[in-house]
Amino acid sequence: MARGREALILLIDVGPSTHGVLPEVESVCSMLVQKKLIFGKSDEVGIILFGTKDTDNDLEKEVGGYEHVVVKRNIKVVDVDAVDILQNLPRGTGNGDFLDAVIVGMDMLIKKYGITNKGKQRLCLVTDAKHPIKAPSEGTKEDQVHIVCQQMQDHGMRLDCVIIRENSSETASQKIIDENDFLLRLFTEKTKAKAIYVSNPTALLGALRTRNISPVTVYRGDLELSSTMKIKVWVYKKTSEEKFPTLKKFSDKAPPTDRYATHEVKMDFEYKSIENPEKIVPPEQRIKGYRYGPQVVPISPAEWEAVKFKPEKSVKVLGFTDASNIMRHYYMKDVNIFIPEPGNTKAIVACSAIARAMKQMNKVAILRCVWRQGQGNVVVGVLTPNISCKDNIPDSFCFNALPFAEDIREFQFPSFSNFPSSWQPNEQQQEAADNLVKMLNLAPDDKEEALQPDFTPNPVLERFYRFLHLKSRLPEAEVPSLDRSLKRITEPDPEKLSECKPVIENFRTQFELKENPKKKKSSKRAWREKSSVSDEEVGADSKVPENGSAKLIENSSPEKVQKIGDLNPVQDFEAMIARRDSSKWVRKAIKEMQDYIYNLLENSYEGNTYPKAIECLVALRRGCILEQEPKEFNRYLHHIYEKWKTTDLVDFFNLIASKSITLISKSEAADSEVTEEEAKNFPVKTELYGDSDSRSQILTS
Amino acid sequence: MDLDPEGIFRDDSDSDNDFFQEREASKEYVVYLVDASPKMFSPAVTDEDEKMETHFHVAINCISQALKTQIIGRSNDEVAICFFNTREKKNLQNLNGVYVFDVMERESLDKPTAKLIKEFSSIGENFMNSIGSQYGIISGSRENSIYNALWVGQALLRKGSTKNVSKRMLIFTNEDDPFGTVTGATKKDMIRTTLQRAKDAQDLGISIELLPLSRPDEKFDVSVMYSDLIGLEAEEVSRFLPSVGERLEDMTTQLKKRMFTKRKIRSIWFSISNDICIEVNTYALIRPTLPGAILWLDSVTNLPLKSERSFICADTGALLHEPPKRFHPYRSESVVFSTHELSQIKKVSNVQLRLLGFKPLDCLKDYHNLRPSTFIFPSDEEIFGSTRIFIALHRSMLRLNRYAVAFYGISAHPQLVALVAQEEIMSSSGQVEPPGMHMIYLPYSDDIRQVEELHTAVDCVAPRATDEQIEKASNLLRRMDLKDFSVCQFSNPALQRHYGILEALALGEDEMPDIKDETWPDEEGLARPRTAHALEDFKIAVYGENHDQEEAESMASKSSASEATKKRKATAEAAVGKYNWADLADNGKLKDLTVAELKHYLTAHNLPVAGKKEVLISRILTHLGK
Repeated sequence: MARGREALILLIDVGPSTHGVLPEVESVCSMLVQKKLIFGKSDEVGIILFGTKDTDNDLEKEVGGYEHVVVKRNIKVVDVDAVDILQNLPRGTGNGDFLDAVIVGMDMLIKKYGITNKGKQRLCLVTDAKHPIKAPSEGTKEDQVHIVCQQMQDHGMRLDCVIIRENSSETASQKIIDENDFLLRLFTEKTKAKAIYVSNPTALLGALRTRNISPVTVYRGDLELSSTMKIKVWVYKKTSEEKFPTLKKFSDKAPPTDRYATHEVKMDFEYKSIENPEKIVPPEQRIKGYRYGPQVVPISPAEWEAVKFKPEKSVKVLGFTDASNIMRHYYMKDVNIFIPEPGNTKAIVACSAIARAMKQMNKVAILRCVWRQGQGNVVVGVLTPNISCKDNIPDSFCFNALPFAEDIREFQFPSFSNFPSSWQPNEQQQEAADNLVKMLNLAPDDKEEALQPDFTPNPVLERFYRFLHLKSRLPEAEVPSLDRSLKRITEPDPEKLSECKPVIENFRTQFELKENPKKKKSSKRAWREKSSVSDEEVGADSKVPENGSAKLIENSSPEKVQKIGDLNPVQDFEAMIARRDSSKWVRKAIKEMQDYIYNLLENSYEGNTYPKAIECLVALRRGCILEQEPKEFNRYLHHIYEKWKTTDLVDFFNLIASKSITLISKSEAADSEVTEEEAKNFPVKTELYGDSDSRSQILTS
Repeated sequence: MDLDPEGIFRDDSDSDNDFFQEREASKEYVVYLVDASPKMFSPAVTDEDEKMETHFHVAINCISQALKTQIIGRSNDEVAICFFNTREKKNLQNLNGVYVFDVMERESLDKPTAKLIKEFSSIGENFMNSIGSQYGIISGSRENSIYNALWVGQALLRKGSTKNVSKRMLIFTNEDDPFGTVTGATKKDMIRTTLQRAKDAQDLGISIELLPLSRPDEKFDVSVMYSDLIGLEAEEVSRFLPSVGERLEDMTTQLKKRMFTKRKIRSIWFSISNDICIEVNTYALIRPTLPGAILWLDSVTNLPLKSERSFICADTGALLHEPPKRFHPYRSESVVFSTHELSQIKKVSNVQLRLLGFKPLDCLKDYHNLRPSTFIFPSDEEIFGSTRIFIALHRSMLRLNRYAVAFYGISAHPQLVALVAQEEIMSSSGQVEPPGMHMIYLPYSDDIRQVEELHTAVDCVAPRATDEQIEKASNLLRRMDLKDFSVCQFSNPALQRHYGILEALALGEDEMPDIKDETWPDEEGLARPRTAHALEDFKIAVYGENHDQEEAESMASKSSASEATKKRKATAEAAVGKYNWADLADNGKLKDLTVAELKHYLTAHNLPVAGKKEVLISRILTHLGK
């Protein structure tokens, strides 16, 4: 096992008391392994289940005992089978003994790698630790933990424990829980181990770091209080956004028979002179120009190098100031952490002294930082104390970059007190708001804080990686909808809402919301409102039943229209709306056509685009009747009319009327809510039909 | 109807860009109308110690500051500068008392240039000679300089359609009653025509704004005439009233703030619960200002180049249109996604901003940050009652010390956010912090790194400072206190330098400007005996008496201990001897050597060994003095 690679054994409790959260355990563990398939292809993974009905492990065969522990997968290089195992965990019947599982896992690692291997070895325990562990034949449980810790220490293993405690009012005896917690804490003290307690399924998804990133220092060197007083520190990133993966562009040009096709797309940039567009300017003839107003100033890299700002690498304290002086919203970027140089006692004590003094006096430090030699700018930021609550972790500091004068836009806003009294809340209303803020508390005293950033997974990435796995199996799969635990991140907890129902009801009756009659909301808003009523369709609105016959058509059509071009918009639209390989095309075609017409009109100059727009509008109308989508057309017509009726585009509508392009009436398409009479009268009568219902739902108070 | 309202069809890569640059589709045309009457030239401050500052200078300063900011940040906006109540006249309509200021190679209403800024900021010295100041409205004459100025301004703003350009006139004046000298019917008539002229301009989509300059002893009364001119409603007048600053700088800061239009990023709906949805606007108050994008030029002609991007299929070499599909490698195969699927994955919420609950402020840790915050201010434009709910929640949150946790569901970048209520903070120079909420982007678990645990030693307690050491540190903190520190008091030295250089080159100056780096620590202050003493005290308390000596010793032992370095150097020196370097350099043979051999030379001469081969060679050449 080479450097940087990791051997991981997952120890998963599948006993009856964990069944409630096993779906989340399945997703978090399979996510971990999936990411290894992408980012750590040579990592090795083993899986041990405990609390199972059966028993199957080496130790049981060799020395006996260790019942209800099953080695589901031996340690080997990560592959997709591991994902499958983790996605289909069996429901066990026995009560899990986590210490047995830890010992079996440790034994596997030792047997596999011996003492010579220096690679990273990790055990990852997921359990509720509600059941008693068996007393050893000799000595106490505590002694046994000590021995295990010593072994782990000798072999350089880490132990990550995720302990699930959903609600404390369970049948499990408090005494056993206390004992187990004590043993687990012993692990964290005696060896490289970490114990994380989670109280809800969402936090469980975020409790395991699914991706290993070896941290790199941003800076190592002196934190200079003055030219004579310096403290040796290391600076790391504390937060860094895990981005949505960059997907490569896909080319389908390669023949399907080519098994070695990469399907990649290369991008080629060519620079051409404006005077002579045929001529390609070679890279060495190019020079960078910098804009200054309308002028462009050419500067060669050498010249630039000679004059540009070149600060020296250093981190200097400018001074200290009251914490209240630096408001939270001035923090500019992701956060760095300053830790004293590891092993340097003097630095640790000095940092500790400053950090604690800052905490006591409620002060922060202002720093000027140049992390690397050759960095082209300086960073001014604020250093805040980060007092450690664990005995074996030294005190450290958080660092946040602050804005420069140029980065601030000083807009002036009216004071709330200057608003008319009709905009000010009265006493009852204020009380209702107070109660809402009090009751909708995510961090009540008697419960674990909900949605802690440290334990909240990224719903988008979760969904992407799940979909990636699904799609690798079933290329036709649809985007899965968010499951219940991910919904807790994007929507309020229904339990909490029902708890606070009277308060919310009261809040609603106290305040009145009315739409502004002068402003007709745009179609974009209407769409949003409708969906805000129910989020059920999120991610599922493209459910397209694929069947054999549809496929046939798809394969026989030589060229599939994917968008409406400028050349033959009407033909494109007709081809697109006629596509039957997926029902989304109808929608897309209508949408694209609407946008196309919209653009035509928006860019019209003295009506020069009107003929084309009329042509398109006729096609759109025809298509909407054909596809039984009259509302789409009617709403659109209303929309553009509302938008432009007061502008000079109004003569376009006169043109429409003269060409007798009307709303689609009931007689033409059954779904329409427009009578023939109304259709004819448009644009005289201008009430909206489609979305009046959704509006009332939003504004009922 | 926005074609792509949620930006879901854009690439990931540019969604980030979008965040920092915001969509600013509209341009802005501004005409500055500066009163140049003799009253503007009377001293603004009665204080004798201060330099003779006039309101005219204040106005000129503000405008040139604004121009400088604009040329950096929004160089597509166009400006014109126009004085009224002048002796000379220069305008297309040939109206009296109005002078349009301009420089060469520039139309009257155009993008600001380096030359314009330079000449404009130094206009004060010869203004009297070249343009001159005199009252334009005097009794007995029917001349109306304000009317003329508005007319000229309106004519300047004729170009461009109001659809995609916002047009403004900004009036700088210290005269609240410009028609005070005239009486009777003439006065009535003049006021009527002036107001009509202003209304005509406003009907054409030009907004007129007033930047009143006032003196502590003499308040500017907007209601005399200007409230009608700029079209203020009765209740707005009270809101508009300039707070008279004690100091001149205060007024300058106030003016500066009002010179820029507030640009909102977007208007969003904030859902409090399933059926309560209020309207709020978001603003980017803090965003890093970066040096502008570069433009490739032809080094021969200095003309800009057009870049053309083409997609080529790696398998067949065929030229492609922008491919609609993306793929991600997974277990040695490619999983293909359509853009529609990708946008669906990102669409995790249909609501733009949805309240999830509240937490005490101390749950928001210092490391819960990823990007600059966004400001939220309520709006009653589409939904009446939004502001009232917002104010009520804002107050409750401030009173109870809570912040709101919400999900910001825009599909370009859905994220969990904290909404922190900010109370309005006023100072003598006006509003320091506007009232509203700041949206702070929270990290997810995979964005947070447990760095602290990285170097934990097993079974050992990390040393902590003793109370005495903390006391010494507190003492030091008191000595090194920054009085009146305010965020953003420093300007960015890198950016200042960047634009300083560009300005100098644009104006064809040889001398490179010397930009002061304000971010240096106050060395003088640190050297003050009491501060130095506190520093020394603290040093001894945490490091012990002989720290420097110990350090020096450990350094010495370290350098002597590094046998490997010595050995490397010895081999390098031996290897260097094999060649006649000066000869090789003269004959251009250095490039025939291997990188390892080149590095031997560099090590032997204590030069850096980093870089590509060409860099190494050029470094050797420099060292040899060739």
